[in-house]
Amino acid sequence: MTLQDLLPARGFQYNFAFIDEGAKREVRRALLKAVALPGHQVPFASPELPIARGWGTGGLQVTMSLIGPNDVLKIIDQGCDGSVNAVNLRKLLVATTGVRTTFDSREATLMQSRHRLPEIPMTEGQIAVLQVPLPEPLRLVEPSEVETRRMHAEGDYARMWVSLYEDVVQNGSVSLSWGYPCRVNDSYIMSPSPLPRWDLHMLHQAEHLTLLGAGREKRVYAVPPHTSVRPLEFDDLPFTVENFAGLSCVRCGSTDTFLDEIYDEETGKSFRVCSDSGYCDLVREGKIRVRSAAHA
Amino acid sequence: MIRCVALSKTFLMHMRGGTRIDAFRDVSFAVEKGQFLGVSGPSGSGKSSLLKCLYRTYLPSSGEVWYTDGRSETRNLAAADEHLIMKLRRHEIGYVSQFFPVIPRVSAVDTIANGMVARGFPRPESEKRARELLGRLAIPRPLWDMFPSTFSGGEKQRINIIHAVIAQPRLLFLDEPTASLDAASAREAVSLILELKAQGTAMIGVFHDKELLSRLSDQIIEMKS
Amino acid sequence: MHDETVLVAARNIGKTWGPECEECRVRTGPEQGTNICPRCGTVVALRDISFELHEGEILGLVGESGSGKSTLVQCIYFDLDATDGRLFFRGCEDGENVMELPRIQKRRIRGRLMGMVYQNPLCGLRMDITSGANVAEKLLEADVFHFARIRARAGELLASTEIPAAYMDAFPRVLSGGMQQRIQIAKALANNPPLVLLDEVTSGLDVSVQARVLDLIRELQRERGMSMIVVSHDMGVIRLLADRTLVLKNGCVVERGLTDQILEDPQHPYSQLLVHSTL
Repeated sequence: MTLQDLLPARGFQYNFAFIDEGAKREVRRALLKAVALPGHQVPFASPELPIARGWGTGGLQVTMSLIGPNDVLKIIDQGCDGSVNAVNLRKLLVATTGVRTTFDSREATLMQSRHRLPEIPMTEGQIAVLQVPLPEPLRLVEPSEVETRRMHAEGDYARMWVSLYEDVVQNGSVSLSWGYPCRVNDSYIMSPSPLPRWDLHMLHQAEHLTLLGAGREKRVYAVPPHTSVRPLEFDDLPFTVENFAGLSCVRCGSTDTFLDEIYDEETGKSFRVCSDSGYCDLVREGKIRVRSAAHA
Repeated sequence: MIRCVALSKTFLMHMRGGTRIDAFRDVSFAVEKGQFLGVSGPSGSGKSSLLKCLYRTYLPSSGEVWYTDGRSETRNLAAADEHLIMKLRRHEIGYVSQFFPVIPRVSAVDTIANGMVARGFPRPESEKRARELLGRLAIPRPLWDMFPSTFSGGEKQRINIIHAVIAQPRLLFLDEPTASLDAASAREAVSLILELKAQGTAMIGVFHDKELLSRLSDQIIEMKS
Repeated sequence: MHDETVLVAARNIGKTWGPECEECRVRTGPEQGTNICPRCGTVVALRDISFELHEGEILGLVGESGSGKSTLVQCIYFDLDATDGRLFFRGCEDGENVMELPRIQKRRIRGRLMGMVYQNPLCGLRMDITSGANVAEKLLEADVFHFARIRARAGELLASTEIPAAYMDAFPRVLSGGMQQRIQIAKALANNPPLVLLDEVTSGLDVSVQARVLDLIRELQRERGMSMIVVSHDMGVIRLLADRTLVLKNGCVVERGLTDQILEDPQHPYSQLLVHSTL
């Protein structure tokens, strides 16, 4: 007897989208609950995956639970379809589903992302799945899970506000750059995952559905379409976004997108490119016009 | 204004195995507006205890104290609700004793003025009046802004009197108010008291000085040991 | 100013810890001299406490350890859930028993209507945020979200409790015990609550510091006219502050009356013991 004799005849068959149908159903149940309670974190038990915790398993499971053969999938990390993590996740999903993929956000039915939403606002019928490292916005002020759950249940958010107050006292303004706490549906406070401040307005009264998954912490939450999402701000200190005044993308010339700073070691110079590489490509290929209006 | 009916006070000291001590028995009297009732009797006959029972610092053991207030309502103070007593003490009934009301660390002027302010008078007016009376009773000017706890016995006594008199109570109890005063201050204090009496305040007072007592009183009751 | 209106009414408030049995009631209390039921071990911390607090009045609670005075105040402030009894606040929930309300409503009532100063500043303050932030927290609980206004009000309150402006952005742990108490007082007053609860606020402070804190409390009460419940084992504090007093022993009220009457003519054997034990 050889090893060859022990292996199954046709090789191991993965289930469509890797996880079994029972698991998918349970995740979908959790997602329905999350959609019914905007901003509320719903616990779920996540099955084993070929990707380690902390590398996007939360978002991955949500995508795996929702994806069907007719979906068109886009996956980005830091706004770029070509980054290592995005590539790996896409390979896994394509290998287990065979679905069509795209770099053009307008074509995607499911878009999984870490850190960005596309520059072109998503529409009805599209679902954004965000990967979340730390789903609990109150962890900033409270280490105990029991206590943060109570705080959410009782709407006891004063300590979150106090940390913003202290931030302003010390730094002149709120210095959080990503994961800026937002009030969803005038109810729960949620962390919008690593989305930069720039993107938050796209969650507010959106046409699309946003689902957020945290694999390591085992929570999902959601922002349904047409739901208010308001970053916490003091009445007299309005929320501001990142400032790219006077800067533009060297590849496509946009002055109104979220820009990454790239440092060229050889020339010693730094320059800016659109974080949303898909958008940048579309502009360069002449497929869409550069928007003229300033952002947000 | 105040009518006392068969008032008695007995102390029950539980710590001494339930010893009973009679302070006084069966006291009755009536006092009208502007009248002065003098209380006289030997030491230990319960004169101070009587005043304290009327003021409700002591709980009378039996009997009634019928008081007609500024709104012409009559109630038995011996059995009245604490809140009523608080209200009357604040607005209508005053008490001067040898012991200073314990509010440390408030200046003489403020101690006195606060009494008036509590009855609704504006602060500037209250302070002005307080200063007038302090001057009248010859309290040295530098002491006006100091704490009475540092004053001499006689000075404290004068603060006491002014404090009780300033807001023009309808009924005033006096327990040896001139005991530690020199002749001049005592005279001034008495004239203040008489002014108040002329304005219609009813008074019940204990004075060890028999001559003074008979001069002030419209009626006198004798307490027996 | 004293007023005829009742601000807070408590009816038969009870607090027990343990399984409870039929004998708890008869085998604990002031006559038995114990809080612990010999049969089932239940601690009867409070039993049948009833009182009314009028607007602008200061009520004293005296008693020794085990009397239940702190427990009572914690039940009123919703730090603890009472086992029995009802509590009513004027102008609140249409005269319903507030103890039956869900926590989220209790929290609102607490923020709006009550201020609390604990004996230990660690209970009432958060040491990891500045003194200004401690006061700000109370304002934020009451939905004041205007930064400049929060800053101004916190500054005002700290000034009124004689905390130098420079300490507004300092952490409480670098400040003295007396100052920490004053920050608590500032915080308790933040939303102008009609009721302020003070639980042994000067115990453990140096006498001169005690005096300052007490004077401050007296002065603030005189200016603002809020009602207070003052818990103390120190008769001097009660005499200084309270108009009326309840004497508690083993979870029950054994005597109640005007403070001067309790101090000069105590009726109940235990009250007499307490008063005559005072140095």
